[in-house]
Amino acid sequence: MKRKGEWFIERLLQAAAWLTVGITLSVVLVLVWNAAGFFREVSVWEFITGTSWTPLFSEKNYGILPLLSATLLTSVIALLVALPLGLFISIYLSEFAPKELRQLARPALDLLSAVPTVVYGFLALVFVTPALQWFFPGIETFNALSPGLVMGFMILPIITSISEDSMRSVPANLREAALALGSSKWQVALKVVLPAAFSGVTASVLLAFSRALGETMIVAIAAGQQPALTFNPTVAIQTASTYIIQVSLGDVSQASIEYKTIFAVGLSLFLLTFTLNNLSFWLRSRFKNRQKSIS
Amino acid sequence: MKSPFGNLFTLFERFDSWVDRVRRGGFAIYGLIFTVGVVLFILGLFAYITFAGLPRLNMGFFTGYASRLPEQAGILPAFLGTLWVMGLVLLISFPVGVAAGIYLELYQKPGRWSRLLEVNITNLAGIPSVIYGLLGLQFFVREMALGESILAASLTLCLLILPLVIVSTRESLRMVPAGITEAAYALGATRWQAIWFHVLPLSFPGIVSGALLGVSRAIGEASPLLVLGAVAFVPFSPGSVFDFFTVLPVQIFFWATKPQAAFLVNASAAILVLLVLTLLLNLIAMRLRERWHKRIEA
Repeated sequence: MKRKGEWFIERLLQAAAWLTVGITLSVVLVLVWNAAGFFREVSVWEFITGTSWTPLFSEKNYGILPLLSATLLTSVIALLVALPLGLFISIYLSEFAPKELRQLARPALDLLSAVPTVVYGFLALVFVTPALQWFFPGIETFNALSPGLVMGFMILPIITSISEDSMRSVPANLREAALALGSSKWQVALKVVLPAAFSGVTASVLLAFSRALGETMIVAIAAGQQPALTFNPTVAIQTASTYIIQVSLGDVSQASIEYKTIFAVGLSLFLLTFTLNNLSFWLRSRFKNRQKSIS
Repeated sequence: MKSPFGNLFTLFERFDSWVDRVRRGGFAIYGLIFTVGVVLFILGLFAYITFAGLPRLNMGFFTGYASRLPEQAGILPAFLGTLWVMGLVLLISFPVGVAAGIYLELYQKPGRWSRLLEVNITNLAGIPSVIYGLLGLQFFVREMALGESILAASLTLCLLILPLVIVSTRESLRMVPAGITEAAYALGATRWQAIWFHVLPLSFPGIVSGALLGVSRAIGEASPLLVLGAVAFVPFSPGSVFDFFTVLPVQIFFWATKPQAAFLVNASAAILVLLVLTLLLNLIAMRLRERWHKRIEA
């Protein structure tokens, strides 16, 4: 009797665990199924290589390049902010900062990632864009630069937390050996700790980049809704995620091809982030294995 | 025999150490300035929102409904919607996430399947939230015919935070010393009895704190709900889980994208309310975890 109850409970727990696999499968299934409907009417080749995206106009073009270029543009700007800043802060926190400051800075940075992204989007629109316009009057109200910069702050905690962890897990004897050979703290940080933690740092950057690619609210509010194949950061663009939001907000009939486009765009976004995430996990597990073999 | 380059080398070395000393001193200072600077910059931005939004936070703002006139618009439906979602998400994601966490940490034998489950969960955590919206739209709104309801929204957000709850549950379970389980086994307890009566009570505060962090993430999400079909005007307070809904982040989005400046003031005020809610959940979670760490280490 008791045994049977135990068996039942274990199966229940197991079902909950395997539910997660079910979620992944249904994400893939939903995206592929609906995107397949789209690709029956538009060739994959046209989708990948077309340079114009106008599915909501009377003359329809289904080239995803403008959406992808916009997504890349904002994410690269974000990375240009977050990478140097994040690296600097994590080296400082792991190698130089007094313990009290570190204990204060970590939760402060973590709170940054707890801020809802719609708040960041609002800040980009009403604070950063006007500030940029004050310096460079040519910038449009909706542009890639402002949400990109703000997104840089959003992904900063991802870089600092993972990078700092991997720097701190570099074995102390490596540092001590370098110090014993007469290196300064600065040399140890740059020439010993940073190379030893390199794959961990790269993993954090990839993860942050993937987060930036999929980020929606910041760009939906501040980057505009005009698909344009350009790498000019001062004009309005439309990212892949913003397009999904735009169609969801409009009243498009659910059987129409316009409606299916959001799943095709979603599938592209999914594949992109999925690849980056797994590259990041692979790097991090390699880093952990190497740590084990060093120490 | 002295090399003719010897002097040059010492000169180089001296120069190098001089540069190094300057850099080293500089680095500690710049590092401090940078770190503090970033924190101050962020605080400044939030001070800006506070100044813009605080005057708008009066009674009418909390009890008002959506309106074309910014001065009469309020956040009652959005606030109630957020509370509904908060409760439902906690109610659904907590048992499922904790059950999955227990299975992965205490039952699953290491091997191919456990690798698959683990990789899968890390992948789930990396899927962009807008894509969860697409899943919810197809699966909950249409297949299960829940419509654009609070329930569909909550279920979608549950999927979104499930990996977070699972990971934090596993971390909390790992903190429980192995001796506790072994002692229970030695007294004849079954595996589930040991977990239910000893491991779970000890790790409970940690698990709850993880779930609260997940919920705080869920109530800040706007993009999946916009995809599901959250509406801009909700003229009534939601009364059941099948009602139309709006939540604070969605309301903020609609206000922020309106051209009139007065709506931006409303957005700032709504952001203040949302931030206070999120911050509160985060602080409770942090405090809970801190006290729990002290207890479990003792």
